[in-house]
Amino acid sequence: MADEGKTRREFLAATGAVAAVGLLSSCLDERLKDVSKEELKSRIAEMEAGYRQKYGKEVKVSDAEPLPGVAFAYALDLSRCVGCRRCTYACREENNISRDGQLFWIRVLEMEKRKGVDFAHANAYYDAEKVPRDGHFYVPVSCQQCDNPPCTKVCPVKATWKEPDGIVTVDYDWCIGCRYCMAACSYGARHFNWKEPELKPEEINGTTHVLGNRPRPKGVVEKCTFCIQRTRAGRYPACVEVCPVGARKFGNLLDPSSEIRYIIEHKRVLILKEELNTMPRFLYFYGT
Amino acid sequence: MNVASLFWQFVVGSVRQVLRGNALYWTWVLFLLALIGVGVVAYIHQVQEGLTVTAMRDQVSWGFYIGNFTFLVGVAAAAVILVIPAYVYKWGPIREIAIFGELLAVSAIIMCLLFVFVDIGRPDRFWHLLPPLGVLNFPQSLLAWDVLVLNIYFVLNFVVATILVYCGFVNKRYPKKLVVPLIILSIPMAVSIHTVTAFLYNGLGARPYWNASILAPQFLASAFCSGPAILLIVLQLVRRFTSFEIKNEAIWKIAELMAYAMFFNLFLHGAEIFKEVYSDTEHLLYTRYLYLGIGEMHAVVPYAWTAVCLNITAFLLFVVPATRRNPITLNIGCLAIYAGVYIEKGMGLIIPGLTPDALGEVYEYHPSLNELAVSAGVFAVGFLVFTLMLKVAVPIALGKLRWSGASNEEIPH
Repeated sequence: MADEGKTRREFLAATGAVAAVGLLSSCLDERLKDVSKEELKSRIAEMEAGYRQKYGKEVKVSDAEPLPGVAFAYALDLSRCVGCRRCTYACREENNISRDGQLFWIRVLEMEKRKGVDFAHANAYYDAEKVPRDGHFYVPVSCQQCDNPPCTKVCPVKATWKEPDGIVTVDYDWCIGCRYCMAACSYGARHFNWKEPELKPEEINGTTHVLGNRPRPKGVVEKCTFCIQRTRAGRYPACVEVCPVGARKFGNLLDPSSEIRYIIEHKRVLILKEELNTMPRFLYFYGT
Repeated sequence: MNVASLFWQFVVGSVRQVLRGNALYWTWVLFLLALIGVGVVAYIHQVQEGLTVTAMRDQVSWGFYIGNFTFLVGVAAAAVILVIPAYVYKWGPIREIAIFGELLAVSAIIMCLLFVFVDIGRPDRFWHLLPPLGVLNFPQSLLAWDVLVLNIYFVLNFVVATILVYCGFVNKRYPKKLVVPLIILSIPMAVSIHTVTAFLYNGLGARPYWNASILAPQFLASAFCSGPAILLIVLQLVRRFTSFEIKNEAIWKIAELMAYAMFFNLFLHGAEIFKEVYSDTEHLLYTRYLYLGIGEMHAVVPYAWTAVCLNITAFLLFVVPATRRNPITLNIGCLAIYAGVYIEKGMGLIIPGLTPDALGEVYEYHPSLNELAVSAGVFAVGFLVFTLMLKVAVPIALGKLRWSGASNEEIPH
């Protein structure tokens, strides 16, 4: 009898402790950046279980870390781009972006040749069936992965930061949705989930990264991550692969034999809004 | 009787006072409660559906909520324009009414914090801002600074107002050594809430319309107009509906100070417009959107010109002694300033800051019905708080509501 009483007490104490820990841990969630590797694993297991429940589909969430000796950079050939917007749509599929038709991480702007790169006269709503139009050229704009990012500086809760390999990421579980980073971004590269993302299970790309393309909740900010789920696994971003004219180049800035280094040395490179000193890792050049 | 139990008496007395009132009082309170109800329903809808129920989008990512927030930071300065002449220059007529400025500041800050709260996409994560549970990006993020200074200013005004009203309740002289330094401190704090809020926008290189150093001085100048404008109307209402005596000199003096502030505000605006128009760089785009529109897009143009006309009218009415002393023109001036600064510091600041967007797109923003309903609810909360505080503070100041054990002697100031 005494033993039974003891076990019951122990059982109650244990359940109480578990409940208390559970309650506390939901209230004491930390930024993904601050958790230990083991905790991150368990957080990821929770995320995967959550996605399984929500979408009825396996979503694998990677926590691949930055590769040593790698600093990513991107270069886009303005003389080749024809404005077909295939990058925009490939990006949407790869990155589990809401299909509501309003949210794209890549915006392609049609500009007039006689005006040059001039945002005041740019048109993002041209008809992609009729490109390239005479007298026009096309400037795709996505996150410029600035070396001096104004967006991470303004975040009141440090929910966004620059990774050692140069990718500016968002912690979707920590972002409070104040949108100050969107006001601070000079390139319109940050996007907000104004509503629950529209994403059918069959549309989901199950290969994701915890700081990248894993499905997001409503009310948080998201952005291009150079396809962190691909590039940290040694692959090219989806937009590079899909570009039909080979206008998109991607590589390791620290590797002297990389294509990106070749472009910087042999082509004339242009930086969007250079005067703002954001120091983008995304360059534009004229290949021909 | 010790202070704690005396204070308890004060709390009980205040609650009783708030629950007593005539039909007019209850109609007003019920009206505000109804508006709050509307706001709560609209807010629940917003939480369920997301901020998609607002008219904000990626292009214009801040709108009516943040505009109201910015305007109300200005209103919170009302306290200071009264405190400076009352306590620094010891100008008697204003001293008795400084308490109203402090109560208005408290209500305005409550509305400010609520407007920020209803604007965020994840209100369930609000605690992420609160260390040690959360992480406040201080001193890097100006929003972190704003959270700090607004809360300090709120506590400061709340404490001072409570002490003053409490001392009136027990009919004792307020502890000068405690109150005066706090009041003096509220002056730099009022300046800092404006400066920090201006810097919030000012520091963004991505937004040329905001990235002008004239912004912070302009915030201060317009704040010294909008807060007192509301106060002047409140003071006249208090005078009308209670036996509280407010001297005409006090009202005229405030109106005169407002005229100077409005002149400075208009001057700063003119300086900025001159720079933009004469240099005619690509940055002119935002000013042009505000005053002329771009192509077919001119949603904000009528508002911009209305604000200019109202501000100039108010300046003229307040700078001429005869019109600021005439109760009719005085009140027209107050309403003109209130409306003028409301447009200028609200939508007139936020919308051209974000339009055209960073990639040159013009998205015309009009607040949605849901946004208006939530905002009405927030304003109603502020007005209700202000009403209830006045309900307690006015009779205490008149000596009509007092602790039963207090002496009935008049205490000279």
